[in-house]
Amino acid sequence: MGLTMVEKILARATGQKKVKAGQVVEPKVSLAMSHENAALVINQFLEVYKDTGLKPRVWDPDKIAIILDHRVPAESSKTATNQKKIREFVAAQKIKKFHDIRGDEGGICHQILPESGYVLPGTVVVGTDSHTTSHGALGAFSFGIGATEMASVWALGQVLNVEVPGTIKVVARGRFPRHVLPKDFILYLIGLITAEGANFKVLEYHGPAIEHMDTSGRLTVCNMSVEAGATSGIVPPDKETLRYLKEEARVKGKIEIFGPDPDAEYEKVVEIDVSRLEPMVACPHTVDNVKPVGRVGKVKVDQIVIGSCTNGRLDDLAVAARILKGKKIARGVRMLVFPASFRIYQQALKLGYIADLVRAGAVVMNPGCGCCLGVHQGALGDGEVALSTTNRNFKGRMGNPKADVYLCSPAVAAASALTGYITDPRKGGK
Amino acid sequence: MARVVLKLGDDISTDIIYPGRFMATVLPTETPQYAFADFPEFNARLKSGQVPPGSVVVAGKNFGCGSSREQAASTLKGHELVIVARNFARIFLQNAINLGLRLVVCPEIAAEEGDELEILPDKIINRTSGKEFKVEPLPKARQAIIDAGGLIPYTRQRLLEKVAARKRA
Repeated sequence: MGLTMVEKILARATGQKKVKAGQVVEPKVSLAMSHENAALVINQFLEVYKDTGLKPRVWDPDKIAIILDHRVPAESSKTATNQKKIREFVAAQKIKKFHDIRGDEGGICHQILPESGYVLPGTVVVGTDSHTTSHGALGAFSFGIGATEMASVWALGQVLNVEVPGTIKVVARGRFPRHVLPKDFILYLIGLITAEGANFKVLEYHGPAIEHMDTSGRLTVCNMSVEAGATSGIVPPDKETLRYLKEEARVKGKIEIFGPDPDAEYEKVVEIDVSRLEPMVACPHTVDNVKPVGRVGKVKVDQIVIGSCTNGRLDDLAVAARILKGKKIARGVRMLVFPASFRIYQQALKLGYIADLVRAGAVVMNPGCGCCLGVHQGALGDGEVALSTTNRNFKGRMGNPKADVYLCSPAVAAASALTGYITDPRKGGK
Repeated sequence: MARVVLKLGDDISTDIIYPGRFMATVLPTETPQYAFADFPEFNARLKSGQVPPGSVVVAGKNFGCGSSREQAASTLKGHELVIVARNFARIFLQNAINLGLRLVVCPEIAAEEGDELEILPDKIINRTSGKEFKVEPLPKARQAIIDAGGLIPYTRQRLLEKVAARKRA
């Protein structure tokens, strides 16, 4: 039997001909990403070196990326002090892939990594963030780890004791109907296989609907694969991957790509015809509580959020701007927009999307994660309802356990902003 | 014997274990104060020292789903709680083992708050209900880390071996 994408990648990263699911390996890491929790990684890293007589030095400063994005600009003196500590460490260890709070190069880690050309197909990427699954969109085996595990990677350059995950093959056929987006596909899949349906597994995406999907959509799909419990989502790299890396991420030189073996062994195959999908909504308080928008009922919305690592890219902002251009969002609704990076912010400015959104009544914020996880800006009041293009609707997620969060695509979010109720963009939008 | 001090359902996220709004706090010495902060009554019991070390939290499927925040493990470790669940989400399970928080995978567990459990390597005996439940071993890849007393000592050991090998070469 042949190898899955991730088995192939792990074989290369461990210098072996083949590895199989269930085997324990210690792959070399090509990129190790952290954000504000680097402050904790630094503590644990220094702890590793304690009483060893060795000088703490990261294994390879060029393979470490640190992006400040979770609470930017700092919401408290505690955060500011942690961010300062990170800057000092970055300077001392000569880490160059550092993205500070800046309008020319800042943004959300899961957008900065792909757009900066830091992620290459066939490599192993780890990040101290659960949505590190995103980078499977470029054909990397990319997964989230905790801070202590990252300290171990910083010291050794490899991840210790990784059990090679089994893979679920997802085949997406058909063409997306109008106003049905990659976000609807991934929400549907999570609803189908449940929040733990892919725990300890990889979701490997195939089929014409994935082949026709651009990298932005693939990033959304892989990003939310973790909401089905997946260790990683992965799309076998193809022409679109090469286009993105060359044209958008400006990667120079030859890029090697490979797919899984044709006779790879999968634990399960899930087939989805995307032409039959509708706009979907994940209702409180689990991401797998997914319904077609028409079956959610009449839900009044207090806050609309468009953006984040899941849906804050240029095409997402374009969808929203197209629906909202020349109109006004409903009174009583506040709409917050978080572009995924400042590069996207600048492109959206140039294309007029930002003006369209602001004129409609939206507030465009700086790129950041704070609102999505309820740590900075956009907290909800008691009994309030948010409709958001972000990735989680857990109780307390947007900063208040007495509030409800619904998840959807940018099209549903924008159409709902006009009416003040959760709205089907095929009816309410333009 | 260990007493069940909290019973929870399926899909308990790290946002419930350690709400995001406390994430600026990272030190394991400081995170325990925010354990289950949105369950004010239980949080108050933990903070006032009414929950003895070794007490058990029982949960359903997918405990610890969501964020990779290590605070969710360090906050529970700080109170020396034992978590018995039908299964655990991957990153939480790894964080817990890395920090030495005790987890028990028990797919059929049935227990109520106040029940007394005897936790053995291969089974849990609920002394209150008289029923027994099989315990599943933790992933084999994790055993070496448990044996070393956590990921930091394990990494330190591996680092020293690496340096020694480099010196020999």
